[in-house]
Amino acid sequence: MEHQQSKSFPISHVIGFVVSLVLTFAAAGITLKTNLSFKVIMWIIGSLAVIQAGMQLFMFMHLREGEDGKTNLVNMIYAVFMVIVIVVGSIWVLTSGHAAH
Amino acid sequence: MKAKITMEVTIMSIKWDEFFITGDPLILGSQIAIVLTMIGAVAGITYLKKWKYLWTEWLTTVDHKKIGMMYIISAVLMFFRGGMDGLLMKAQTAQPEMGFLDSQHYNEIFTTHGVIMILFMAMPFLIGLMNVVIPLQIGARDVAFPQLNALSFWLFFSGAMLFNISFVIGGSPDAGWTSYFPLAGKEFSPGIGNNFYAVALQIAGIGTLMTGINFIVTILKMRTKGMTLMKMPMFTWTTFVTSILIVAAFPIFTVALALMTFDRLYGTHFFTVSGGGMDMLWANLFWLWGHPEVYIVALPAFGIFSEVISTFSRKSLFGYKSMVFSILGIALLSMVVWVHHFYTMGSGPAVNSFFSITTMAIAIPTGVKMFNWLFTMRKGRIKISSAMLWALAFVPCFVIGGVTGVMLAMGAADYQYHNTLFLVAHFHYVLIPGVVFAVFAGLYYWWPKMFGFMLNEKIGKWHFWLFVIGFNVTFMPMFFLGLNGAVRRAYTYSAESGFAPLFMLSAIGSIILAAGFAVFCYNIYWSIRYADRNISSDPWDARTLEWSTASPVQFYNFAKLQEVKSLDPFWHMKKKNEGLTLYDSEIEEIHMPSNSWLPIYMGVIFGIAGFLLVFEWHIAAALAAIGIFAGLIIRSFDYNEGFHVKKDEIHRIENAWRKTEGEVHDHVS
Repeated sequence: MEHQQSKSFPISHVIGFVVSLVLTFAAAGITLKTNLSFKVIMWIIGSLAVIQAGMQLFMFMHLREGEDGKTNLVNMIYAVFMVIVIVVGSIWVLTSGHAAH
Repeated sequence: MKAKITMEVTIMSIKWDEFFITGDPLILGSQIAIVLTMIGAVAGITYLKKWKYLWTEWLTTVDHKKIGMMYIISAVLMFFRGGMDGLLMKAQTAQPEMGFLDSQHYNEIFTTHGVIMILFMAMPFLIGLMNVVIPLQIGARDVAFPQLNALSFWLFFSGAMLFNISFVIGGSPDAGWTSYFPLAGKEFSPGIGNNFYAVALQIAGIGTLMTGINFIVTILKMRTKGMTLMKMPMFTWTTFVTSILIVAAFPIFTVALALMTFDRLYGTHFFTVSGGGMDMLWANLFWLWGHPEVYIVALPAFGIFSEVISTFSRKSLFGYKSMVFSILGIALLSMVVWVHHFYTMGSGPAVNSFFSITTMAIAIPTGVKMFNWLFTMRKGRIKISSAMLWALAFVPCFVIGGVTGVMLAMGAADYQYHNTLFLVAHFHYVLIPGVVFAVFAGLYYWWPKMFGFMLNEKIGKWHFWLFVIGFNVTFMPMFFLGLNGAVRRAYTYSAESGFAPLFMLSAIGSIILAAGFAVFCYNIYWSIRYADRNISSDPWDARTLEWSTASPVQFYNFAKLQEVKSLDPFWHMKKKNEGLTLYDSEIEEIHMPSNSWLPIYMGVIFGIAGFLLVFEWHIAAALAAIGIFAGLIIRSFDYNEGFHVKKDEIHRIENAWRKTEGEVHDHVS
């Protein structure tokens, strides 16, 4: 991995950069140029942002490199799991059913 | 000018009549007893000229074994305190319409009983055993961050003491160990009792969080050569997973307590009913931490039973891999079951069904572990020692707790059980066999490793039988009381309810339970005075690395770091007679960390700042907090690199214990 990093053409960086641009312009285009409802737009650009953040972690942030690559990945997945449980779980529990009233 | 005067008035307007709790004979007695004990302790230490010894050998130590022992001593003291609370409750409910305690006093007692037993008894007892055993089991010379470890202990101790003085100074918290809002808010609990809850648990919680980090790093980075993850002893595995759970769950509690502190001290509205607050958010956050917390105390206990059962069945643990995966499964599931503590909030069928299913699913990995322990015993040469007795009694008692847990897991049925003594009986059947039996088993098992002599086996059996019988007599009737409709946290009941006979039976049980604890204390006393000091460093013929070094363990743990080739490494070393002898050429200088006064200083200053914050003396608390920052700054300029143990000294220490090994009294066969 490190060998690839230093010697060969940084193809993953270029791909990451291009994909980031595409995702960003897609978000801007959907927001500015379409007549979708506010809610739909928020969902779409929110999803695009999460996809872009995840992709950048792999393409730019050296997530899988070095001797701790695997550990980093497991830590990230675990952290995401915890965030989903705590944030999404709490919102779901406290806003559904009778708890909403 | 005017503002300044008002400020001074606020500082000086201490209501001294509210500062000390007065007017209750029980509390007056305790106040006198506390003062006399403190005078006695100070006088005794001065008379015996032990101050310097205490300071250099214990208070400033960074040795994981001594820190572990201090944790265990604190836990036994807290067990006494929490147990007294329990006995008072049982005395009050022994008969209908008793006038022994009033409702306010009863509220305070069940609150402190819960907090102390979970956070200041179960946690430190297990963390104490972890501290003593884990570095030894993985063949290391200390934990990864020895000074941080000492800081963890002193913050825990500081929080525990702050919480404990609440009943003589200022008043105890009285909103239950869960301290649900809106009851625990300023509006309904205007006294300072609940400030003690918010601040003391915060301080102790910081210590626990650092312990979690410390043990994750220790276990990942400091295992001896050859010990891969799947060759770790089971207690090390459970400690590792517990540490991950601590790091995952405790920050939630930290945040919730901080918000509670803001609500109570600075008038914010996170959990209040008025001002856009959300009272059930407290319950939600509390149990997001609180349920993993149950497994934080249960998992290391499972590890202790695994070690004890394997050693005394003289077999390696059955289904090691399935054990590891079931621990991981329990840890994962434990994060997604928290709503089962408040089904009756009424979150709707989707939420309650989801959490019913996840809760019931936890029974599967737990069942796997149960069968693994039973199969470990199958065809083993079982030796019924005191430690093994606790493990044997754990199996049926814990199954009762687990099965009633599955009953409670069903959301619809829970509407019937909720807030009754059925629930109280259930969690005592989980926590007492699952944690208390385990720490007793662990204490009998590792005592010779810690102190170089054993606890008396005969007195140990008295302790065991009284405790187990007392436990069942106390809590079994509470299942039936709960099914008949007796609610928890009620300070009395009418004669017409028909609850009286079972409540009386339960009270009698609690006396037997207390007698068991008294015998345990007597056993410690007896063994310190009379037990045989000339015992082997491996009195149980055990299997893991901690038994391959001296008892009590020399301060550097191992003269040479072992190489591990399989599970149960010490067992195989003994069978093959490999690596047991130490050659002169193998002795090298050992690098050890120096003692430090900073951890105890931080504990004291956190305690002072916390105490002032509890009384809402904000300026004084802020001044004390400067001391905390001073400690942090001093620590960052601390360049002490530790010291080296010279070869001669290692030589002398190793010769002393290895020479006596040949002529010791063997207790096992």
